[in-house]
Amino acid sequence: MNWEAISTKVDGLRDRGTDLQKRLRATRRRIALLLAVVGPGIITSNVDNDAGGISVYTQSGAQYGYALLWSLIPMTIALYVTGEMCARMGVVTGKGLSDLIREEFGFRPTFFVMITGFFVDLANVVAEFAGVAAAMQIFHVSRYISVPIAAVLVWVLVLRGTYRQVEVVFLAACVLYLSYVVSAIFAKPDWLEAARHTVIPTMHFNAGYLVMLTGLIGTTIAPWQFFYMQAGFVEKKVSVRQYPQARADVLIGSISCMVIVFFIIVCTAATLYTSGQRSITDAAEAAAALVPLAGKWAGILFAFGLLNASLFAASILPLSTAHVICEGLGFEAGIDHKFKEAPIFYWLYTILIAVGAGIVLLPNAPLWKILIFSQVGNGIWLPVVLIFILLLVNRRDLMGEYVNSTTFNIVAWVTAIAMILLTFVVVYTTIFPNAVGAASP
Amino acid sequence: MQLYATELMGAETYDDQGNFVGRVREFFIEPADQPNRIARLLLSRGRFQPLVAKYDQVATVGPGTIRLNCNERALELYQPNEGWLAVRKDLLDQQIIDTQGRKVVRVNDVDLAEMRTNGNVELRLTQVDVGLPGAVRRLLQGVVSPSVVRKLQSRLPQRTIRWEFVNLIEPDPLRRVKLRITHEKLEDLHPADLAEIMESLSAAERQGIIASLDEEMAGKVLAELDERLTRQIVEKLDPEKAADILEEMAPDAAADLLADLPKETSEELLEEMPGQEAEDVRELLSFDASTAGGMMNTEFVFLGETSTREEVLEWMRTQDLNLDSLDSVVLLDSAARFSGIVTIARLLMAAPEQSIGELKLEPLLSVPVDTDEKEVFELFDKYNLRTLTVVDESQRPIGTIAVDDVVSRLVEK
Repeated sequence: MNWEAISTKVDGLRDRGTDLQKRLRATRRRIALLLAVVGPGIITSNVDNDAGGISVYTQSGAQYGYALLWSLIPMTIALYVTGEMCARMGVVTGKGLSDLIREEFGFRPTFFVMITGFFVDLANVVAEFAGVAAAMQIFHVSRYISVPIAAVLVWVLVLRGTYRQVEVVFLAACVLYLSYVVSAIFAKPDWLEAARHTVIPTMHFNAGYLVMLTGLIGTTIAPWQFFYMQAGFVEKKVSVRQYPQARADVLIGSISCMVIVFFIIVCTAATLYTSGQRSITDAAEAAAALVPLAGKWAGILFAFGLLNASLFAASILPLSTAHVICEGLGFEAGIDHKFKEAPIFYWLYTILIAVGAGIVLLPNAPLWKILIFSQVGNGIWLPVVLIFILLLVNRRDLMGEYVNSTTFNIVAWVTAIAMILLTFVVVYTTIFPNAVGAASP
Repeated sequence: MQLYATELMGAETYDDQGNFVGRVREFFIEPADQPNRIARLLLSRGRFQPLVAKYDQVATVGPGTIRLNCNERALELYQPNEGWLAVRKDLLDQQIIDTQGRKVVRVNDVDLAEMRTNGNVELRLTQVDVGLPGAVRRLLQGVVSPSVVRKLQSRLPQRTIRWEFVNLIEPDPLRRVKLRITHEKLEDLHPADLAEIMESLSAAERQGIIASLDEEMAGKVLAELDERLTRQIVEKLDPEKAADILEEMAPDAAADLLADLPKETSEELLEEMPGQEAEDVRELLSFDASTAGGMMNTEFVFLGETSTREEVLEWMRTQDLNLDSLDSVVLLDSAARFSGIVTIARLLMAAPEQSIGELKLEPLLSVPVDTDEKEVFELFDKYNLRTLTVVDESQRPIGTIAVDDVVSRLVEK
């Protein structure tokens, strides 16, 4: 035995060990830096998969199988591009979106943006509580019990929590979306086929397919999200130096949101589409239909996912709306204030929840009309907000060196115009469902 | 009559011949001259270059109409000037600090008053409107007739701030100088209130405020701010200025602040600080934050136990002590070891010739620097302490922990 050789080898190993330790430490520090910022991006993108969204994804999987999966990649890009601009504005200016609109465009535009926002969001809140009711119905709980409990739960959560605590609850809700992944695995899909359709676009030029495609993309981005995300970064006091982490947060959020959508579509495609139940129109119906096809657990998890998504969005929407309105009109806002310090903020929040949940409880409530109104409202509101964002993010006096680069501007404007056009198509087909022949099943 | 900037925006302006000159688009104040006088009106004339009317060229002001006392040709052409405060651009819709209400508010409208002098009318800015009446006016101006708006707003609750109590927020330091924006009014606020105000501002605005405060106030505010914000601010400050601020802070507060900074930055700042202060802070930094050493303040009053009350008071008067936070003094024996503490109240009530050694508080408590903070909390709780002395290995006092340090630690948990 050559002792020298052994000792050099040991030294070498030890060196590699400390090297690894150093690298581990560096990674750990990077993760800690990221964790300090993470939140607004992930939360906002995941709330995207709310009750309305899940219904659309379910339908597209049931009607067209894997054929629409390719649209997830452009959707991820659109989600990231628009979200990133808001994150950047929040981080660089330290001001919320409605603050900036007010300061740069004056009182009147702000007022109209906010009034529209209030009613559109209210309609969205109704849709979320309707989602709660539908999900709980699968568990045989009457909506007269589930909806009031949900409303109180949501209300108390925000009223009693600090921003940090509420954010932790919301991040946990993001994790619960994984129930869709499990549900999809139970459904035993053809993974290879799903992967192929994700990467290779398949176009069918029939009206129904195109309407479903626009519906998918149109529900991806809701205007209130921009306000919520930007406010989140402002409230967390994320500094310009942490901008790379903020951007990573938005990117992780956009991708994780689309991964969940992927599993929802795969799950319904593998079961409902394959077995020929292609006329399913909402998520609750899908959950019920899943039970005989993929087992009890797949159905339960699917319904649970819907419940989680609806509750999640029902707590964020009123919060974000109250925030936007107070910020713009100059009232105290934010859950770090006490009720007495920010009465208008808390009243708006309460009204949105009470009225939103109340409408669902009305016997014979015209729920589908409200759902249509929320879709149309989002569609009208989106172009206005997107254009405000693009104008603001290009202002050098606000953003300094962080204005959009030319390339980014091209991508952003193309995304914005595409989103606006698609949303108009969605609005049009929602108002006139018979305009496109065989569109509605 | 009460006038509002919103109502006067767009007013038609006529010269002394009765010829239409233009419409009012902006009001300018020249803070260098007069802090509240509308010094110039901007008159736009469609495709022609806009004109500017000076305050002494205005004859009458009424809703919707302004008459000048001179000919159109006497007006100057508009040239932008950084030293002018523009009511519409710099005030309306912007955030300001209400120094009396101690919070950040957004301006909805600006209230003006007429002041008649010989031959002309001056407009003075009296207060800013941050409530519903201003919002309603902004919304309905030009859509509904002003008299209707006035009737409507009279029923709404007023929320206005007198111009003297308004503190503008301008992150650009050059513009701040040109507009004579000082933060004297902010220095009258309690540091904790100012810290809270700063939390609701943007990073650039926070930076601007800290940069223009005097070092002592800046230090107090930094000590009150959330530690993440403090770190952000200090890292962006000029190191020399940051060191000046740290010097003004109590050593324990300075050490807490430096402990949060990256190693290189805190080292650089310590280099900038004068020897003695830097030494104190360095020593504090060497203690673990969760021990008595990490909690203590090294600035405390210590006295020989044989002195009399009279001698002590005599000596204390000559010292520059922080009377607001002083509630006890530490006694030393002849070997400079810790011998006890005396509260200021006991000192106050004692006879002039009494030796302060006789006033000592029982039990005689002190803790070594490496005592765990939990033990410190328990001592404070058990004996209802307000001050606890920290000693080194040879029983010499090196600092004191005050009850407020304990409270803030416990609140953090």
